[in-house]
Amino acid sequence: MSVKVTIDGIPVEVEPGTTILNAARQIGGDIVPPAMCYYSKLKDSGGKCRTCLVKVSKGSEKDPRPMPKLVASCRTTVMDGMEVQNITSPEVVEARKGIVEILLINHPLDCPICDQAGECDLQNLAFDHGAAKTRYEFDRRKFEKIDIGDKIQLHMTRCILCYRCVFVADQITDHRIHGILNRGDHSEISTYIKAAVDNDFSGNVIDVCPVGALTDKTFRFKNRVWFTKPVEAHRDCDHPGCNGKVTLWYKGEDVLRVTARKDVYGEVEEFICNTCRFDKKSTGDWVIEGPRKVSNQSVISANHYETLHPLPVVKTNILLQEANKEQFERETRL
Amino acid sequence: MGRKLLLEHINVPGINTFDVYRSKGGYAAVEKALKTLTPDDIVEEVKKSGLRGRGGAGFPTGMKWSFLAKPEGVARYLVCNADESEPGTFKDRYLMTYIPHLLIEGMIVSSFALGANASYIYVRGEMMPQIRILEKAIAEAKNKGFLGKNILGTGYDLELYVQPGGGAYICGEETALLESLEGKRGNPRIKPPFPAIAGLYGCPTVVNNVESIAAVVPIINEGGDEYAKIGVGRSTGTKLISAGGNVKKPGVYEIDLGLPVEDFLYSDEYCGGIAGGKRLKAVVAGGSSVPILPANLFLKTINNEPRLMSYESLADGGFVSGTMMGSGGFIAFDEDQCIVRNTWNFTRFYHHESCGQCSPCREGTGWMEKVLHRLEYGHGKMSDMDLLVDVSKKIEGNTICPLGDAAAWPVASAIRHFRDEFEWHVTNAAEAVRGNYGLAHYADPLHVKETA
Repeated sequence: MSVKVTIDGIPVEVEPGTTILNAARQIGGDIVPPAMCYYSKLKDSGGKCRTCLVKVSKGSEKDPRPMPKLVASCRTTVMDGMEVQNITSPEVVEARKGIVEILLINHPLDCPICDQAGECDLQNLAFDHGAAKTRYEFDRRKFEKIDIGDKIQLHMTRCILCYRCVFVADQITDHRIHGILNRGDHSEISTYIKAAVDNDFSGNVIDVCPVGALTDKTFRFKNRVWFTKPVEAHRDCDHPGCNGKVTLWYKGEDVLRVTARKDVYGEVEEFICNTCRFDKKSTGDWVIEGPRKVSNQSVISANHYETLHPLPVVKTNILLQEANKEQFERETRL
Repeated sequence: MGRKLLLEHINVPGINTFDVYRSKGGYAAVEKALKTLTPDDIVEEVKKSGLRGRGGAGFPTGMKWSFLAKPEGVARYLVCNADESEPGTFKDRYLMTYIPHLLIEGMIVSSFALGANASYIYVRGEMMPQIRILEKAIAEAKNKGFLGKNILGTGYDLELYVQPGGGAYICGEETALLESLEGKRGNPRIKPPFPAIAGLYGCPTVVNNVESIAAVVPIINEGGDEYAKIGVGRSTGTKLISAGGNVKKPGVYEIDLGLPVEDFLYSDEYCGGIAGGKRLKAVVAGGSSVPILPANLFLKTINNEPRLMSYESLADGGFVSGTMMGSGGFIAFDEDQCIVRNTWNFTRFYHHESCGQCSPCREGTGWMEKVLHRLEYGHGKMSDMDLLVDVSKKIEGNTICPLGDAAAWPVASAIRHFRDEFEWHVTNAAEAVRGNYGLAHYADPLHVKETA
């Protein structure tokens, strides 16, 4: 039993109960709405950032009326015969542009000194949808940097309040001691009495954070992410909740940081424990599997391990192909 | 001069006690409902009465009740929304203070109709005196056998609880209210599922305004058809209006829906005109979140017909030239009031009360507040008006709950109708800080387009 839904004119058959966003991800490509707060591995996440708003132009086969407002695609389940417009609806494009501008008005735009730059969801979102300048002419929200524990730093000024780290603490760690304080644009992620977030899985808040609000203190200011080389590795982790599959980020011979493996939507494949993340920083701790392909949205993918496709001119010219043979073989061997 | 259904005995001394309330015919609706009617009969009566939600949205109450899911073996809840915090609205507080037993009687009848055995009254946290009044009234009613186990020997059990609110405007949004009632942070839930399917503790729940629940009492006493005879069109019955601002006699008035607004504003029975012999400049008809209207558009619709106090007539003209009934918070502005300052004040409220869960409302309300503050204090720019309209459009309809809309409408409507006053704040900035724009043309007779 599957339901049929059409997104931007492309039909797809999905399981009943699938959200519009996940149906769009099954199609893939440009028509996937961006998501800043939804995280498929975290239950109840989503619905807050409103970047994934889409227009439902036909509710279902039974009730073909369109939905009166734009809906959050990450929290709206598909109905049989539903027709959804994402990038084909000017209304959606306009609304999303507004959301991007609104998300950025209180963001410090300190990308040049932010460790997240290069793998930041907000940076990608702004690049794809935002205007190059802002109409906001007032002081931005500022907070003091807070060290939560000895491994994680919270820089609330950059936060977009996606609640992902709250869900991680609720669902992945054994207890949550941080949350949202205050309300409106005074809201902040905080541990209230600056208690250290310290348990075996707390480091995952760094991976789920879409911006640079939660950063890895063992990696801060070590290097720009696009100068590091991602490598897949694993180790035999004795923590029952962790399978030890990670991405190592090398600079030369040094492992600068360890993260979970992230998929094309920037979501981790499996959460990892803090020992793997923070304490195992030498090649000897790991079994190297090979280079890690990084999602197409990241600047990192523009760099190292992408299979070198021969230029069109090379393909058509036998002589050039012969001349570059050795180089292609070397590049594609990895 | 209409009949009072809710406030008939409001001036009887001691009406806040059980005995006096009972001697004036109180709790007759409970007796009638529990002993002679089935729950479905009551829902049917309320449907027939055409009662519409008095909290702001105006959704038909009977229909809301009939949407309630009734799975076997799952508790159902009735929650009374007494988290009245809309600037300009104070009718529920009045009702709870002076005639608490009316609400309790309504709660018993409504709970019976919905099959709820535990019902909650979520009272705004700042209203501590009203919480005490309600708790006392509940204790009295329980003592007389109208609450608790086996009410009046009919076998129906009902416990009624009063819950002090979390201290936020957003907790008046029905799903945020349920979150708060469950002891969590008062963030609105993402719908669907609607509370009628999964509400309080995941069980089917109906959330109704204080006045809607109180109105069930006269509906049961006199029958839905009798109730529906009052009012005009789909606006049936009576409505409490909390009149405030620059009127001669501010206060809570019970009106028949369909009363001309001119009568309400100028007759001695109600507001008694504008205080100090001044002229009317603008009106916010239903609490701070509804669009503001200039005097001429408020008294007459765009087709030059007199406007009535009813859901339809107030909304006549849509967002272009109409407003909404809202929760009945009627605020009149005289010629010396500054619309820019008022708009800034409202926006400041929404900025302060935004829960911060979804981004358009969290960031957008603050942005609008800052721009309006700049305009009011003489640092505005001509482009600010278009900016405000654009930001309000980006918020409206894109948020999880209606607070975003409520924050956007006053700004958009103020700029639509009072644009020259905003522009004057930019061109005559120094003067605008000292004085104000005055009445200008806002009360001039409407220019009616000739139809060919």
